[in-house]
Parts: sequence; structure tokens; C-alpha cells
Amino acid sequence: MSLSAHQLSVGYHGHTIVKKMDLTLPDGRFIALLGPNGCGKSTLLKCFARILPAMSGEAHWQGQNLHHYPSKQLAKELALLPQTQPIPEGIKVKDLVAYGRSPYTGFWGKLSTQDHQIVEQMMKQTGTYELRDQLVSELSGGQRQRVWLAMVLAQDTPYLLLDEPTTYMDINHQVELMHQLQALNKQGKTIITVLHDINQAARYCDHLVVMKAGELKYQGSPEDVLTSTMLKEVFSLNAQIHRDPVSGTPMCVVED
Amino acid sequence: MTAQRFFPFALLMLFALSLANLLFGAVSLSLHDIWQGLFVGSEQHFTVYEYRLPRIFLAILVGAGLALSGALVQGVIRNPLASPDVLGVSHGAGLAAVFYMTYFSGASTEWLPEVALAGGICAALVLWYLCGTHSSAIKLAITGVALAAFWASCIDFLMLTKPLEINNALLWLTGSLWGRSWPQLQALLPWFVLVPFALGLSKYLNVLDLGDDSANSLGVSPQSVRLLSLAIAVALTAACVSVCGPIGFLGLVAPHLTRKLVGGRHQSLLPASMLTGACLLLAADLAARTLAPPIELPAGILTAIIGAPYFLWLLLRMK
Repeated sequence: MSLSAHQLSVGYHGHTIVKKMDLTLPDGRFIALLGPNGCGKSTLLKCFARILPAMSGEAHWQGQNLHHYPSKQLAKELALLPQTQPIPEGIKVKDLVAYGRSPYTGFWGKLSTQDHQIVEQMMKQTGTYELRDQLVSELSGGQRQRVWLAMVLAQDTPYLLLDEPTTYMDINHQVELMHQLQALNKQGKTIITVLHDINQAARYCDHLVVMKAGELKYQGSPEDVLTSTMLKEVFSLNAQIHRDPVSGTPMCVVED
Repeated sequence: MTAQRFFPFALLMLFALSLANLLFGAVSLSLHDIWQGLFVGSEQHFTVYEYRLPRIFLAILVGAGLALSGALVQGVIRNPLASPDVLGVSHGAGLAAVFYMTYFSGASTEWLPEVALAGGICAALVLWYLCGTHSSAIKLAITGVALAAFWASCIDFLMLTKPLEINNALLWLTGSLWGRSWPQLQALLPWFVLVPFALGLSKYLNVLDLGDDSANSLGVSPQSVRLLSLAIAVALTAACVSVCGPIGFLGLVAPHLTRKLVGGRHQSLLPASMLTGACLLLAADLAARTLAPPIELPAGILTAIIGAPYFLWLLLRMK
């Protein structure tokens, strides 16, 4: 099982953002897509999530053209947590999480015993089980994010795509989410996330993909990728690389 | 209130309101009169069987149909203030009807429902032509509102320039169950084969609540769900409006109120909205017939009297 791009170009309204990219994302890893604004990292993720079509070239999933892959099957293999989520009216937490089971349920959407178990398990795993009878519209931003994560987890896919999941969160919720994603990755899930914070990516993820102006610049372990040269080239930033005193992972400190 | 408690309660209300509609009116009848009236030859046969009974069935169908359409449109546009009215269907039907009444005043009014139905469906097709299949919910809503305003101004233009026929047109445009009987019921009933298809969209409408991107990721095509739901809503609204005229606010208030009571899962919301809509129209028609007998108020005025403040209250509550 793997996700790859072959001479893939993606964009909006005839305007190319990702340019003829060749990229194979390794299986079973916690992958961060990095790069300055407008580099195409979110656009690439949206193409992998089939929100955007390929303008030319192909995205592949399990060796087949991703955009021709059967939708129902793909929904059991590849899940997406979008950057912004609407706030549905009159929906309880347990209902929203249960919607994540829809690729598995029948015509009327009735949950089986197994579906109920998975929904319950994912609520417990994300710390939202106590909120299950509350309305989603009455939750705080941090709680809501966890409920959505539970919904996406209930989809029970080996691959999970996330589009800047930490952008609008308080720092404590950011850390909590990164820990959760790390734990999910340890359980065997491949996680691909667009991130803004380079140090956050280097600390929690084990594979970084760095893009600039729609092209792949670097990819590999944080050790290999997070260097002064890369920061200079991609972000035009003079920075030193130090060890994170807690995790021992590389960390950039900006020079004046 | 949970869905489990809502359904028995609403069914009881429906039964009570139907009975009240049989009992009360310009003349009050006893239960015995009603029973007798069901059979040919009795004194009250006309009042009960030809007049009150078909109107009850019609109120139930039209109320349920408009409420279901409203619930579908609100599910698609993801806005509680949406209703079939924002698609311009009612106004399109109204324009066709007024046009027919002013320019073909000699023609038989027998064809009025068909003309109104065609008008409603044409209005929806214009909306579809302007927006296409791939447009966002908000573009659809804004275009729909603009079109509805345009149809409404055309109606006003016709009524101001052709004042002679204004009375008939006004009467039709307020929406009423007056004078409707078994033939209208027969015309309307076939359209309700669409109801099971609408209920079958429940699971997909749920997923649509999560946004287009999430729906895609869950294997559901938002465009297809939108197109199917709106097609059913348009057909049901046009059919209801063609029989009774535009009954204002029912498609907005009934599903919104129901969402407050049973929540937003469409498996409960859609059938529950139908019951609420049926009860509301039965209540409105009962009031219309009993407030100032023997004069009948159009039910559409009563739904507007309740609906307009509700709409304002909704607007004020929105942040």
C-alpha cells in the first residue's frame, strides 16, 4: 500500500501550483509536508485526498490511478481531516463520530455491533467519550477538533491525511494532537500531515517532505532534512540547528 | 425530546388535529354526524365526505411535502434559514399561475395546477442552468434568492399592469386549501412516490453536514447528493404549490422546529419534519376555517403570521 505522484501537476482554475512532481511516500511513517506558503503542500494533499484532480501526470494508490480508484473502497483505506470543519446543527458527538462509519454501513446507515464498538473505542481514544451526548455546536474549538479526529479514526483507514491540523489550535491542544498522532502511527497507521511549524514536524514526525514553488526539494528523516542549507534555500532563512534538549531531535533557531 | 418520544406524540397530534378539522368549521358536528356523514345519503355527507375529509388529507400531504422539501434544501444548503423558497420554485410557480390568469382569463382554471407546476420546474431549471452541477451551496442559495426576487417582481408587474384580474391572482398567491377536494388529492398523490427516495438520501445528507471535503473522503459525491435532493425538493414543492398555491414559511419553519426537537440526523429529521409540517398545516387550516366563520381566511396567511416572526427570531438569534 503506498501513495505516490508521477509527473503530477495540480492547480486551480488552470493555474499550476504543484509542478510535475515525482514522489513516493513511505508506508507506516509519520510524514510532514513542509514549505513556505504557496509552495503547494496543501494542494498536493488535496490531490491525494481527491478533492483536486490531476492536471497532468498521475497520483497512484496501491499502484493504481488514485483518481480512478473505486470511491467506496478508497473511503475504507484513506481518510482526510480537512483544515476547517463546518459546525453541523443539532448533531451530537456520538452521531458525528458514527458518520465516520458510513463507508461500512448499509443503505439506511444503521450501525452494527462492531460499528458501535469502534465508535466507542475512538471516542475513548480521543478523550471525547464523556462528551458523547453533547451537541457538537456547543463544544469548544479544542474539543471539536478531537471529535472530528475521532470521526476520522472511526473510518478505520490505514492511511490518514491531515491538512494543517494544528494551525488554529492553542499550544496545549497542538501538543496533545501531535502525541495522539504519534501514538496512532505506532499502532501502524501511516500519517501524512501538512504542517507549518518546522520544529514541531522535526520533533514528532519521522519523515519530512520539503517543497518550494511546487517542486520537491528534500525528503528524508528530520536529521537529514532539517539543515541550515535547507532553511536557507527553501525559506531564505539564516538559522542554526541545535538538539532539542527534551527529545534530542534537530531544532532550528533563527539567527538575527 | 428524543426521536423515540417525538414520533408517538406527533402521530397523536396529527390524529387529534384531523379529528378537530372534521368536527369544527362553519358548523360544528358531533362524532355521530361525522360517522353518518361518511355514507352517501346522510344529511352531512357533503360537509364531511366532499368538503372536510379531502381537505384534511390534502393538508397532511401538502404540509408533509413542503416540510420534507424544506428539510432537504436545508440539508443541502447547510443553512437553517434555507427553504424551498430560496430556490425560487414557489415564486416561479406563482408567476406562471398569474401569467396564465391574466393573459388567458377566458381559459379554464382547470389547467392552473399544471401551469403552476410547469412554472415551478422551469424556475428550478433556470437556477440549475445558471449554477451548474458543481456549484457550491452558497452560490446556489444566493442565485436562488436573486431569482426568487426577480420572479416576484415579475408577478408584481403583471398584477399592476393588469389590475382587472388581480383578485383571482391574489387569492391564489396567498395559498389556501379552500375549495380543494378529491381531484386535487388525486393529482398530488402520485408525486409522493418520491418520498421513499428522499428518505433513502438520509445517510448521504448526514455526511454532507460534515462539509464537501469530508463527504468526498467518506466516499460520497456531494454533487450527486445535492442534485438528487434538490430535484426531489423541487418536484414536491412545485406539486404542492400547484395544488394549494404558495403556502409561506412552512418549508422553513417545520424542518427547523423539528431539528430542534429530534436533532439533525436525517433518518429521524426527514420523517419527523413531514409530521410537523402536516400538523402545522392542519392547525393553520383549522384556524383559517374557525376564526371568523363563515368567512375563510387563506391558510397561507396564517402560516405567514406564525412563520414571519419565527424567521425574525431565527435571524436575531444568529451571531
